[in-house]
Amino acid sequence: MCVLCNVLVNEHWAEQQGGRRARVMRVRLVNRVLAFYGLRLDDWSGRVWVLRDRKGRSAVVSDLGSLWAEAERLAGRPLDPLDPELVAAL
Amino acid sequence: MKVPVALVTGFLGSGKTTLVSRLLQHPDMGETAVIVNELGEVGIDHHLLRRVDERTVLLPSGCLCCALRGDLADELRDLKARSDAAEIPAFRRVVVETTGLANPAPIVSTLLSEPLVKHHYRLEAVVTTVDAQHGLRHDESVQQAAAADRLVVTKTDMADPTAVIARLRRLNPGATLVEAVFGDVDPAVLFDGGARDPRDLDFDESPEHAHEVRALCVTFDEPLDWTAFGVWLTMLLQARGEDVLRVKGLLDVGAEGPLLLNGVQHVVHPPEHLPGWPDEDRRSRLVFIGRGLEREAIEASLAAFAGSGRA
Repeated sequence: MCVLCNVLVNEHWAEQQGGRRARVMRVRLVNRVLAFYGLRLDDWSGRVWVLRDRKGRSAVVSDLGSLWAEAERLAGRPLDPLDPELVAAL
Repeated sequence: MKVPVALVTGFLGSGKTTLVSRLLQHPDMGETAVIVNELGEVGIDHHLLRRVDERTVLLPSGCLCCALRGDLADELRDLKARSDAAEIPAFRRVVVETTGLANPAPIVSTLLSEPLVKHHYRLEAVVTTVDAQHGLRHDESVQQAAAADRLVVTKTDMADPTAVIARLRRLNPGATLVEAVFGDVDPAVLFDGGARDPRDLDFDESPEHAHEVRALCVTFDEPLDWTAFGVWLTMLLQARGEDVLRVKGLLDVGAEGPLLLNGVQHVVHPPEHLPGWPDEDRRSRLVFIGRGLEREAIEASLAAFAGSGRA
């Protein structure tokens, strides 16, 4: 299933509440986490996100589930929320 | 109304087919469609099911958890279509019996995410059989027991189940546990009960060894920020999906009632808002079943995410 069809058919469990305001807050928090790994997320049309690294590589992601897998790929290492260095950086 | 689907899983030889065939003889289990998945070219177990009729479907030559997930979705859609067209008798419930080696998570994912399937069916319960003789000797059997809503300890006439039951209580205290000889279980125990309140559970969190899979309960006094929690949990499941076999929670997210969270490995059910709390205690409880997870690390990480979300 393509990214856009998936967006239309399935809403991710973590994004089913809160509407637009929650989406903005979500991107803000995700960007604080991603900054630790040299990555950035931009909202694109309120439907999908674009994930970028500092080398100019990018990936379109549709939800939080696919976001972390792509972020791991671009960062070249696991993104563990229990990592004490990340926790300290937040 | 959506048709309930019960997933019956358990390791090879742990008594799944015996349980299913016995259940089908119960008067309350009439109008049940059965989907049996077997490993290997020739299905055997379905011949053991006494009520093989047009509502019993065999998914042969493969494991349901990998190549045949599409087949499961096709079969569920086909059952519905044939029933609507009166080609087969109507059914009120579906029982899916997996292979002994199946990891339940991808099957749960199929039931929760295939658009047409989730429109017509709802996952009722994951029922896992565990053999009192052999217990949890394999990674697959640990995954299956962790995914369970109901645990059926089988062959208790052949072996003392005390040690297996103690292990299962430590591994998955949230599951209802029953013992069964030759699959003799009241279907109401397996299918009609709701989830157990995590606040009523006892947790023995001291692992016997570093890699033991165990249950861990984290409590929060303040309401959780759902947005920050969703970011945190999705990241955790990506990073530690192999180690987090189950996550369940009754969460205060600032609404009138609690939010019920239920996930099997990386597959999370759509969270459900319950109308009210059962009592005055509104603290959130989050239960993990996994390995290598420490309470302090989880609390510190969640607090950092919540604080960063508010800043």
